[in-house]
Amino acid sequence: MRQFLLFIIIIIVGLTFIGRLFYLQVYNLEGHNLFDDNAIRKVYDYPKRGFVYDRNGKLLVSNQPSYDVMVIPREVKPLDTLEFCSLLKIDKEQFNKIYKKAYHYSPRLPSVFVPQLSKEDYAALQEKMRKYEGFYIQKRSLRDYQTTIGANVLGYIAEATPYQIENDPYYNMGDLIGKQGVELSYEEELRGVKGIKFIQKDRFNRDIGPYKDGVYDTLPKQGRDITISIDSELQKYGERLMQMKHGGIVAIEPNSGEILALVSAPTYDPNLLVGRKRSRNFTKLYNDTINRPLIDRGLLRMHEPGSPFKVFVALVALQENAITPQTTVFCNGGYNYGGRKPMGCHCGGGKRDLVLGIAKSCNSYFANAFRKSIDMYPDAGNSMDIWSNHMKSFGFGDFLGYDLAIGKKGNMPNGAYYDKWYPDFNWGATTIISNSIGQGEVLVTPIQLANATAAIANKGYYYTPHIIKHIEGKPIDKKYTTKNQTTIDPKHFDPVIQGLFDVYNNGTAWFLKVPGIDVCGKTGTAENFTIIDGKRTQLTDHSIFIAFAPKDDPKIALAVFVENGYYGARWAGRIASLMIEKYLKGEVTLKQMEQMVLDKSLEEEYAKPYSGKPFTINN
Amino acid sequence: MYRETNRHFRFDWITIIIFLLLVGFGWLNILSASHVGETIDYFDFSQPYGKQLMFIALTVLLIILILSIESKFYERFSSIIYIVSMLSLVGLFIAGKNVNGATSWYAIGGMTIQPSEFAKAATALAVAKFLSDLQTDIKNFKDQIKAFIIIAIPAILILLQNDAGSTVVYASFFFVFYREGLPKIYLTLSLLLIFISVSSLKFGATITGIVFTILILAYHFTRRKKPRILQTLFAIATCLVLSFGIKFFYQNILQPHQQDRISLWLRLEKDPDKIAQMRRDILYNLYESEKAISSGGLTGKGFLEGTRTTGKFVPEQHTDYIFSTVGEEWGFAGTTFVVVLFVLLLLRILHLSELQKSQFSRVYGYSVASILFFHFMINIGMVMGLIPTIGIPLPFFSYGGSGLWGFTILLFIFIKLDSNRINEW
Ligand SMILES: [Zn+2]
Repeated sequence: MRQFLLFIIIIIVGLTFIGRLFYLQVYNLEGHNLFDDNAIRKVYDYPKRGFVYDRNGKLLVSNQPSYDVMVIPREVKPLDTLEFCSLLKIDKEQFNKIYKKAYHYSPRLPSVFVPQLSKEDYAALQEKMRKYEGFYIQKRSLRDYQTTIGANVLGYIAEATPYQIENDPYYNMGDLIGKQGVELSYEEELRGVKGIKFIQKDRFNRDIGPYKDGVYDTLPKQGRDITISIDSELQKYGERLMQMKHGGIVAIEPNSGEILALVSAPTYDPNLLVGRKRSRNFTKLYNDTINRPLIDRGLLRMHEPGSPFKVFVALVALQENAITPQTTVFCNGGYNYGGRKPMGCHCGGGKRDLVLGIAKSCNSYFANAFRKSIDMYPDAGNSMDIWSNHMKSFGFGDFLGYDLAIGKKGNMPNGAYYDKWYPDFNWGATTIISNSIGQGEVLVTPIQLANATAAIANKGYYYTPHIIKHIEGKPIDKKYTTKNQTTIDPKHFDPVIQGLFDVYNNGTAWFLKVPGIDVCGKTGTAENFTIIDGKRTQLTDHSIFIAFAPKDDPKIALAVFVENGYYGARWAGRIASLMIEKYLKGEVTLKQMEQMVLDKSLEEEYAKPYSGKPFTINN
Repeated sequence: MYRETNRHFRFDWITIIIFLLLVGFGWLNILSASHVGETIDYFDFSQPYGKQLMFIALTVLLIILILSIESKFYERFSSIIYIVSMLSLVGLFIAGKNVNGATSWYAIGGMTIQPSEFAKAATALAVAKFLSDLQTDIKNFKDQIKAFIIIAIPAILILLQNDAGSTVVYASFFFVFYREGLPKIYLTLSLLLIFISVSSLKFGATITGIVFTILILAYHFTRRKKPRILQTLFAIATCLVLSFGIKFFYQNILQPHQQDRISLWLRLEKDPDKIAQMRRDILYNLYESEKAISSGGLTGKGFLEGTRTTGKFVPEQHTDYIFSTVGEEWGFAGTTFVVVLFVLLLLRILHLSELQKSQFSRVYGYSVASILFFHFMINIGMVMGLIPTIGIPLPFFSYGGSGLWGFTILLFIFIKLDSNRINEW
């Protein structure tokens, strides 16, 4: 035993060392790379961020240089703080605060000390930078908006958050990253790849020279320019029409799915979110809870679809052979389905077939069509599932899959949905009859409505809506060039389209005709409730309109949603006509209508719930 | 006739080859750790790598000298060698040169000599001589004291010169004494002392005191033949005194930088920011050396390619921290190679020691293995952060003439003694 003690200890120590070395050098290897090595200075070279053009080649977004003062706390040497502060235009207290924060983030990694210097400050500082060890100037490029429109579509860039930095090794403290709109959706294409130079330091932090003669250095890769499908003229016009109103306009080119305009009102000037003033302006926009300018209403505003939904109810009924185009209903001012109170109808009354039913927006006709669809099968739940699936084939009830990062699913109820609602009640068509006129549990977003309208224009299919038209040197995602077929047979669309056309002839939008263009459309109104002082209170209805044109070769399909705009034809319908004329003709002849829309302010309506005083609605 | 023709085979070539590999590989790493700029002038004696080359050359002469002296000489003159060596240590108090706070050097001409590096071999000879004396019995308490004095003299002299690292090495003689019959109780007590110290610092003195009290009582009551109650109470008192004493020693006697070394080693500090701070400020070398090692990966960055080595991030890298250069430039392959070489060398020496016919040779061989083992364990353990920082060189590897010569003398006296074993056949 005595002979072996040292033998054994030597072997144990040897194995422990090898184990520890294995851990440090092999197992733990992930932990080490050039980037972690503080013996190597990393100098980043940021590439040009890709430009953004509109569908007609008009430059919307370019770049401007910007200079950040960076700090590596560990390398900071005692300095003349007063002089340095005066150059940076900060006071001593701020200096200490920022320094502490940077040190807390990491003593050895660079942090932004003062972001986005003005050109003058930069010039003054550049000369003297050498004196301040541990500080350096990092050049970056900021966005330079060539336009004041489309803030919601274009989005903005800002410093990557600590969370993003942690999750994507590409980003460092102070790097800019797309936060919304196409800046976010096409971040990787737009940003390019930053270049990096590795510089060997000695322990006194002096540069010795390029690390390994620069073999690991990379050149920056320029960002790709992108062309978006937005027609900036149309977008601008839409934003003008929506001034002093809240709501959204989504216009889509039916035969491609390209989004021609995505208006959200109220909007803001994208230039507000550039540079040093960005965070102050952002806070201001964020805190504007009445106007909520940061919410893209075209994508996020869920609402009851109202009457335009009747068109889809009709299409499903036709597909399920619940009705034929010749099916007639006699409307006597309401539809009595055995409920407590018959469903009212303001169509004027009389004998309605499908085409006239659509044109006059007869509630009775679609209540009947819906009821027949649900009564097709013995089990209402089963019928509702079938009905729901037809609806979903138009893109309702789920995210559409467009290339903007925000959206809402909406709601398209099925059998299970109502089983949950009425657990011990044998519900049937009449229980859920208000869905037939778009006022039940169905919820949609403007872009879903616009897309479904495009599917009608195409007689049964749609392309997933998208904002991208072209990426420099790279094809766009295949899913945007693949047809999505609806479950409705193309032959059923003809009578429906005729009905939509008659809306402008002898229907609810007869006064909204666009000279020389055959427009198909449908008015809609959605009831509007809010909570005031804990009480459910009704506000003025939302004004809704869907349309496409020209009838025989659709070039544009759109949905317009005007909050508190009252009945559909009133504001949404007018805006739809003006948008269609603007897009198809390039100019607007409906001058009187245009003036009326431009002059109309709904701000008084929006202020009502906040006024604290009694108010009237729908006037 | 047979003996004459095979004269050079009498030496243990395995040991010599390992020695050559270590010295050669060590020099390559010193070159990497100390060269500056693009060109390397191997005979630039102003540079550590150039000087080390000269030291190595002189080592060859030293080896020839050691091997040509008659084996009996070392045994016969061991006492004189020991006394001369101790006097050289004492002389430091009069003529010593202060380098980095330690008065461990004589300046002779342009060179500096560190007598403590030679004292290890001298002490090993003295210990071997003493233990192999027929009158000596290490089981005897009086002889234990004598043996202890032999190693205590150099240890205390060196400690007085502020070279704590070299002092610790003398603890390695414990293995020698144990091999030669030191009672087991010493082993038990040493282990107990280590346990109580670590436990008291890590888990607190009170908990340690309670746990050990319970253990001792349990021992007392479970033994069939009951130990005397006084003995048990004495053991408990000792444990309590130790556990609180260690804590007190750590908190009130150790200097802050020593506290931090231990704190970092035992991971006593929990606040990660504070740990990082300690690593940066107090243990800069260790922090950088660990990073250098782990940056090497499986196969390393390549000879002369280590960024931390060429950036001179690790101070003293060519001396005590030379292993971090191996780690960075040669990777896991290189570090394992060095560890395996050392383990083979140590096991070989132990094996040869056990084969010795004379007790003097065996004890001496055991001493050599123990001393080298301590250096190996403490140096590499330190560079990797496994044990607190204690500055001692890696044998044959680290830069420095005295160190290299000291270890060479230590090893080659044994090789000479061992060759004599074969002679006796
Ligand atoms: Zn009617």
